[in-house]
Amino acid sequence: MSQLDLARLQFAMTSVYHFLFVPVTIGLSLLTALLQTGWHRTGRPELLRLTRFFGVLLVINIAVGVVTGLVQEFQFGMDWSAYSRTVGDVFGAPLAMEGLAAFFLESTFLGLWLFGWGRLPKRVHLATIWLVALGGMLSAAFIMAANSWMQHPVGYTVDQTTGNPQLNDVWKLFTNPVFLRAYLHVILASLVTGSVIMLAVSAWQLRKGSNRLAFHASARLSLVVLVPTLLLAMLVGSELGVTEGKYQPMKIAGAEAQWTTCQPCSFSVFQIGGGKADHTPTKIIEIPHLLSLLATNHWNGQVLGLDTVQAQYQQQFGPGGYVPNIFIQYWSMRVMAYLAVVVLLVGLWGLWLLWRKKLSTSRWFLRIAVWTAVLPFLMNTAGWLLTENGRQPWIVQGIQLTREGVSPSVTTATVATSIIVFFLLYAALAVVDFVLMSRYARRELEPPAVADAALTPTSY
Amino acid sequence: MAFATFWFIVTTVLWTGFFVLEGFDLGVGMLHAVVARDEAGRRAAINTIGPLWDGNEVWLIVAAAAMFAAFPPWYATTFSGFYAVMVLLLAGLIVRGVSFEFRNKVDSVRWRRTWDTLLTVGSLLVPLLVGFTLGGLLHGVPIDQQHEYTGNVGDLFSGYAVFAGITLVLLCLLHGATFMTLKTTGTLERRSATLARRIAPVTALAVLAFLPWTHATAGKGVLPSVVELIAVIAVIAAAWLVVGRSEGWAFFATTIAIATTIVSMFTDLYPRLMVSSTSHAFNLTVQNSASGDYALKVMTVIAAVFLPLVLLYQGWTYHVFRRRVSAEEFTGPRSD
Ligand code: HDD
Ligand code: HEM
Ligand code: HEM
Repeated sequence: MSQLDLARLQFAMTSVYHFLFVPVTIGLSLLTALLQTGWHRTGRPELLRLTRFFGVLLVINIAVGVVTGLVQEFQFGMDWSAYSRTVGDVFGAPLAMEGLAAFFLESTFLGLWLFGWGRLPKRVHLATIWLVALGGMLSAAFIMAANSWMQHPVGYTVDQTTGNPQLNDVWKLFTNPVFLRAYLHVILASLVTGSVIMLAVSAWQLRKGSNRLAFHASARLSLVVLVPTLLLAMLVGSELGVTEGKYQPMKIAGAEAQWTTCQPCSFSVFQIGGGKADHTPTKIIEIPHLLSLLATNHWNGQVLGLDTVQAQYQQQFGPGGYVPNIFIQYWSMRVMAYLAVVVLLVGLWGLWLLWRKKLSTSRWFLRIAVWTAVLPFLMNTAGWLLTENGRQPWIVQGIQLTREGVSPSVTTATVATSIIVFFLLYAALAVVDFVLMSRYARRELEPPAVADAALTPTSY
Repeated sequence: MAFATFWFIVTTVLWTGFFVLEGFDLGVGMLHAVVARDEAGRRAAINTIGPLWDGNEVWLIVAAAAMFAAFPPWYATTFSGFYAVMVLLLAGLIVRGVSFEFRNKVDSVRWRRTWDTLLTVGSLLVPLLVGFTLGGLLHGVPIDQQHEYTGNVGDLFSGYAVFAGITLVLLCLLHGATFMTLKTTGTLERRSATLARRIAPVTALAVLAFLPWTHATAGKGVLPSVVELIAVIAVIAAAWLVVGRSEGWAFFATTIAIATTIVSMFTDLYPRLMVSSTSHAFNLTVQNSASGDYALKVMTVIAAVFLPLVLLYQGWTYHVFRRRVSAEEFTGPRSD
């Protein structure tokens, strides 16, 4: 593998890993804030106990999210120095804003929330968990603005002397059509992730039969959040696909392995072949018009084929291959969408049971709900593979190629060593995190007496 | 150009903020197992910084992000040039960051020993490596005309950079010890004070050697600057105050000492950002590395709004958690 391949592998590894924890944080912090608000409003003791219970899971998860974020922040300079030099003028600004506006908020108020039980007035203490949740959502906003700029660069001019993009309209960064949809999609996906985790933990506890009253309440909350946010995520996701189809036609054509331009276009549920060497894949089940609908919002919309766009890009940017890895595109799209349907079915089933008042007794549902916890992580990873792989060979669409962005001064051996170091660290963290999360997820709730004293602060 | 200089100042402030705040919790991290022999004492030591360390660490993230946004080549050359150092630094930050959360989650002596060791080592690596890197910026490393680093790992080493790392470790140790003296009670307070007294003379000597060395390395003439003089006075005052047991003033003095040491390094660096040992013509400077005026203007507005806000709510956090922590609180059953 070349230094470029390794740098890509490094980035993919750290980003995917970071994004295992981030959506849990965003989702679970909002849900925890809702639980605490419920307690504040009604004074029902089980809501306080749930707040404390899910708070511990949240905090274990944040610890790993934060330390993996540090790597994210550093690796632009370490592995992608040419990229950083070229686009820092535009790309650095949202990153700096993220730190100033979001990370400080999240970290400081997390400390206040954790250690502030019983020390801060109740109302103020409630506000701190909402500020933690706000911090998480804000940090996602800034990083998504940065990432969306790479997908669809806006708000810049090219500096005459250096040839580098220069920021000239920061407002455009935050009204970027890609950003608006992608951000919404990410927040919804995070709520889906958080509520599936809460559902799974509650289901496990209900199956064990402990604290039925409390865990029925959290299962209910999670289902009520899950189904609408999932539906919205699917809706916004397909809207995002239409937007991406406009600015990055390769990405969407790649997701269907559509080599030739078509109109109307069908969607294949499953197909064999379709890679670089095989432009006429065997579509197993075809759904007429669906691709047109997904990619353009029109029944008979035209979708540009990969070959067509390739020819167009060669004219525009010079000779070279502009088609991303089709296998990753095709399957990441499907993994995300199909699993979304699976989770939706689980959610609807749960709502139905809730309505029939059988939620805490349906053994099969509870068993399946526990295992559903794996799915959001697969969907999130697939979604990012779709986004980032679909941008290739560009690091910034139309401005810089990935291979031009890599650090010239760093050797292959250096990157390889660092991948090994981070891989080992991450593997160890993953094991510890998983063990702790499942241990704490299976604990009994604090007995009511302790929970009142819990107005005693947490400590390390 | 005025904006570029302003952002050099902001970056300096951010790095200074990092060392002033995270400095003491790095010190506590290095000393927590030394200052207390038993579990209750260690937990008390860690809990002096419990609610604070995470917010403090953000100063580092923001400092790096400010370098990226305001001076992209500075960020790019530093982080790619010091690649191996950054890997180690990240490893230190990672193990340290999770150890706070993980160490009390399993009730086993071996488990806690492991995380105690990682906390200590991580807290040592961070000031050592950041100091080494900042020292390297000033001392100079091989950089070519395109501002690319051209050396290998060995070329990063210079006596000055290593000593910068050591000096910052010592300053953090002293800062942490005076902080714990201020924030604990009983045996823990006494032992912290003793530690501070032992560390203070060594730190003072190191700083007294480090400042002239910095001055000479930067080629800033014979006369010391005002900041350097304040640093010298502060570190001597700290060494004297820790003996006199005026805890508040001792902490104040270590705060000033660590702040002015960092500010001295940056003022001596200015207007350069990173010195090229290949040729001074290839230096990265505030002039040749700054982002465009528009980007800097936007960030100035953001910083003007958010930095005071951050100071306000972080200050409030310090106020909320101002009381002392005592080992007795942790002798009962664990709660988490
Ligand atoms: C629980 C998570 C989840 C769920 C249920 C969905 N997605 Fe998604 N999707 C993500 C999690 C996600 C993500 C990980 O959050 C991504 C990666 C980048 C992004 O903006 O969001 C993403 C990206 C992403 C993209 C690429 C955006 C880009 O290139 O910038 C498209 C086209 C879709 N999604 C479409 C969908 C569709 C049509 C869905 C429903 C059937 C769907 N998503 C459900
Ligand atoms: C590649 C780009 C990214 C970089 C440079 C980055 C950087 C960071 C850093 C430095 C932290 C630690 C902050 C602290 O100490 O509090 C962090 C945490 C966080 N990041 Fe990222 N991040 C990236 C991707 C993302 C994405 C895509 C999202 C959300 C959509 C996100 C959301 C968060 C959140 C919510 C946290 C809080 C801690 C947690 O994970 O629980 N980040 N990130
Ligand atoms: C915001 C700044 C970002 C930059 C500069 C960036 C840059 C890159 C680069 C250079 C690659 C390597 C190309 C490749 O392997 O295909 C990559 C891949 C990837 N990135 Fe990003 N990325 C950013 C944000 C993110 C975020 C926020 C995530 C999600 C958490 C993410 C997820 C991925 C994934 C999953 C890949 C692997 C794609 C693949 O290898 O096919 N990226 N990114």
